[in-house]
Amino acid sequence: MTVIEVQHLTKRYKDTLALDDVSVSFEKDTIYGLLGRNGAGKTTLMSILTAQNFGTSGSARVFGEDPYENARVLSRICFVRESQRYPEDALPTHAFRMASLFFPNWDQAFAEELIADFELPLKTRIKKLSRGQLSAVGVIIGLASRAEITFFDEPYLGLDAVARQLFYDRLLADYAEHPRTIILSSHLIDEVANLIERVVVIDGGRILLDDETDAVRSRAATIVGDQAAVDLFVTGREVIHRENLGRVASVTVLGDLTADDRAALQASDLDVAPVSLQQLVVRLTQHAARGAAKGDPR
Amino acid sequence: MIDEGRPLFVQIAESVEDSIVDGSLGDDDRAPSTNELAAFYRINPATAAKGVNMLVDKGILVKRRGIGMFVAPGARAALLAERREVFGARFVQPLLDEARALGLSPEDLVTLVRERADVPAPAPSPASAPATTPMEGLER
Repeated sequence: MTVIEVQHLTKRYKDTLALDDVSVSFEKDTIYGLLGRNGAGKTTLMSILTAQNFGTSGSARVFGEDPYENARVLSRICFVRESQRYPEDALPTHAFRMASLFFPNWDQAFAEELIADFELPLKTRIKKLSRGQLSAVGVIIGLASRAEITFFDEPYLGLDAVARQLFYDRLLADYAEHPRTIILSSHLIDEVANLIERVVVIDGGRILLDDETDAVRSRAATIVGDQAAVDLFVTGREVIHRENLGRVASVTVLGDLTADDRAALQASDLDVAPVSLQQLVVRLTQHAARGAAKGDPR
Repeated sequence: MIDEGRPLFVQIAESVEDSIVDGSLGDDDRAPSTNELAAFYRINPATAAKGVNMLVDKGILVKRRGIGMFVAPGARAALLAERREVFGARFVQPLLDEARALGLSPEDLVTLVRERADVPAPAPSPASAPATTPMEGLER
């Protein structure tokens, strides 16, 4: 079942096109990774879906409705953003109390567990919290609200590796018990690669990739070996990256390798190295940028 | 322990198979649930479910409604047969390739294997050339 349907959505700021004719949908009870470089349009897309911004043209429907000033929709979605502002003198307790009133599925006991897990001081004003503690406030609200759709926009700033792992573990465990749609925007692609079921990559305001994570993993491979043999093998394939070290070439190509391909690789003594999700996203966005630079009409 | 090269769900299925092969999961034992696998390997539950379903399709696990997943009777024997069949290609061939690159003969390998496994070499006979015969059987 589709919970978010975006069609031909365009967002134009004065002289920049933040979203360029984006069409994408998000399914119920799935964890998505929304990936892309800074300024790619991730936050713009999420803020339109959560009614904090408007599209210039096109449509964005959440649970089949327009989210703007729509309480029926907004109480079912939670947006945890990196730059969340809180009232001047608010304590974390106040923020949680507000959240408990707003979100119908709020679980206070779970929130308290998370407060203990993240060792969040409750009696310190939010504006006096460290960057990591501030992120923890957002993460706790995002998890304990158990909203049907939860957006986490780079929720980990200032969280150290231990606290991030805690976030991922709690997210997975709670998602297993209470399936819902999670849209996780992150730069730390390798860290979230195993958590996400589907990947949406946005670049320059366009959707570059929208697929199952498992399928994406086999989309590209890096061929390593003698330069002449590598060149012969990659002829006619879409090359997204190339590196040379002396006579050794390392070339990343798109497309599944067939059994015949693998036999040919073995026969010519070439190695196949897997491409991590992070490498693939980096290569694809670089590749798209080069394509655009070559005169893609935009 | 998770490597990038192969689909995650295949690796999850293999990890369950490993437990069956090494005997830590016996016939009729309850297998880890999708959520337990997801939490342990820190992966998406849908991926874990895909791995578990693969084992159900293969007849290694059986689903008992409302209780969970169990190791199918005879699963270990089936897995042992399957793994023995690919042992030569998967383990012996790379060993031979590396040995050849290093200038080690199949006889050298036999000696090394015996040393490692602490199996005494057969009594030397003047015509001990047949040492190669078992290796030839494994070459593909």
